Amino acid sequence: MGKREFTIHVGPQHPALKEPENFVFKVDGEYVVDVEPRIGYNHRGIEKAMENRTYIQNLYIVERVCGICSNSHQTCYTQNVEELLGMEIPERAKYIRVLLAELERIHSHLLWLGVAAHEIGFDTLFYYIWRDREVVMDMLEEISGNRVNYAMPTIGGVRRDIAADKIPKYLKMLDVLEERTKFYKNICATEKTVLARADGVGFLSKEDAIRLNAVGPNLRASGVASDIRADSPYLVYDEIPWNVISYDSGDVFANVLVRVDETFESVNICRYCLEHLPDGPIRTIFSPLGKVPEGEAVSLVEAPRGELIHYIQSRGTDKPYRYKIRAPTLGNIPALCEKLRGGYIADIPIVLAGIDPCFSCTDRMVFVDEDRDKRWEMNGEQLRRYGVEWYK
Amino acid sequence: MDIVTWARTRSPWLIHFNAGACNACDIEVVAAITPRFDLERFGALLKGSPRHADVMVVTGSVSRQVRERLKRIYEQMPEPKFVVAVGACAISGGVFQQCYNVMEGVDKVIPVDAYIPGCSPKPEAILDGVVKLLKSAGY
Repeated sequence: MGKREFTIHVGPQHPALKEPENFVFKVDGEYVVDVEPRIGYNHRGIEKAMENRTYIQNLYIVERVCGICSNSHQTCYTQNVEELLGMEIPERAKYIRVLLAELERIHSHLLWLGVAAHEIGFDTLFYYIWRDREVVMDMLEEISGNRVNYAMPTIGGVRRDIAADKIPKYLKMLDVLEERTKFYKNICATEKTVLARADGVGFLSKEDAIRLNAVGPNLRASGVASDIRADSPYLVYDEIPWNVISYDSGDVFANVLVRVDETFESVNICRYCLEHLPDGPIRTIFSPLGKVPEGEAVSLVEAPRGELIHYIQSRGTDKPYRYKIRAPTLGNIPALCEKLRGGYIADIPIVLAGIDPCFSCTDRMVFVDEDRDKRWEMNGEQLRRYGVEWYK
Repeated sequence: MDIVTWARTRSPWLIHFNAGACNACDIEVVAAITPRFDLERFGALLKGSPRHADVMVVTGSVSRQVRERLKRIYEQMPEPKFVVAVGACAISGGVFQQCYNVMEGVDKVIPVDAYIPGCSPKPEAILDGVVKLLKSAGY
């Protein structure tokens, strides 16, 4: 038997979601031998755009780096600007920011769980989860006025207050979410369909996770209990009782468990915030024409997908001189490649989805048989079907 | 109404194409097909391939890299075909106007039949837009 390696291109014209990637897979039969990532598609030039907009205008563009982690990006940005201004925000604003961050985490993790269920061909679970996810979307809409881009954090505090008479209603909604998440945890831990496709798939060892700088739930699924909220607490995370979740098995199943358990933790943090909401103002005023003193700052936030880093440099004008964003999926790509190596083609969709990069289904791939000079194409949907059929 | 129009408007298959969106419109498009909103009751089905699709739902401000791919995917769709631009970015570029890498709207690249404004539009708005498009096609 001669050595026959095929090359698979995943998404050169990847019309992807927030961080489009292109992967070139070398495969031998059903095994993935090597992976080569290429990133940079779908570049909109946000960092440059931020240099041409004032600090208040930037609030809205930084939110649209990613529609799912919008609150994390905005929190990270406002923390940077407030540090340069030497501004201390009111306690109540801090609690509201934490509340929003955790609601966002619940919505993101449930979204991920649904997408993962879809990738393994378990569409019933996908529809159930997305139905129950509407509870948290309703909460976000009621608190902020919008379902996905909340625009809640602003320089100096938050934009909208939480009405005291609504709090019992929110607490009830959190109970519903907790109960449904328990149900899903039970399903994920016992259902054979999930176990067959997730248990032992896409393994990443603890050493590799640290060496390749994995972040977020991807890192915690490999047994490293590292979370920005605990390691360098921002806002009021050091006042709130909560636990860092980590699992040792390093596979997709551990990713599922980490995210489900984090959803419970987030529900508890939300409860604590609503019950211990301090009185007082929600913001200190920053003028729309306000200038920010010269200097630079770095801010870290634990976004639903992991460690988010923003860097700002100011030259004392009303616009930032330089802005730099490092989103968590970028940090996870080397670890993702390690996870894919040695796996099956059929596992590519779920392992890709495992790090939560929000892969779009319209992505297309070209299979190239180098020896026989043969090409064929497969899109994300077909690849997903291939995976489902292969495991039948 | 002839039988062809009747059949076409009662099973519009969708392809969702992200042309540089921030993901917000995309999760709302997906939310529109899930049980609370249930776009599928109008016969719509989300497909993975443009060759199967009648309606292309485009989100995002169309970055330069994506422009040629958007054209190619549009050309691959069989006639008659419709394009729905979802969100402020797909309509005019939204907050990304004047960014060096952004085309500022889907209609700069391919013809658009329906615009759904919002940042991001709620799933109800997306439903409304798709139903209005179907009505104009003879539903």
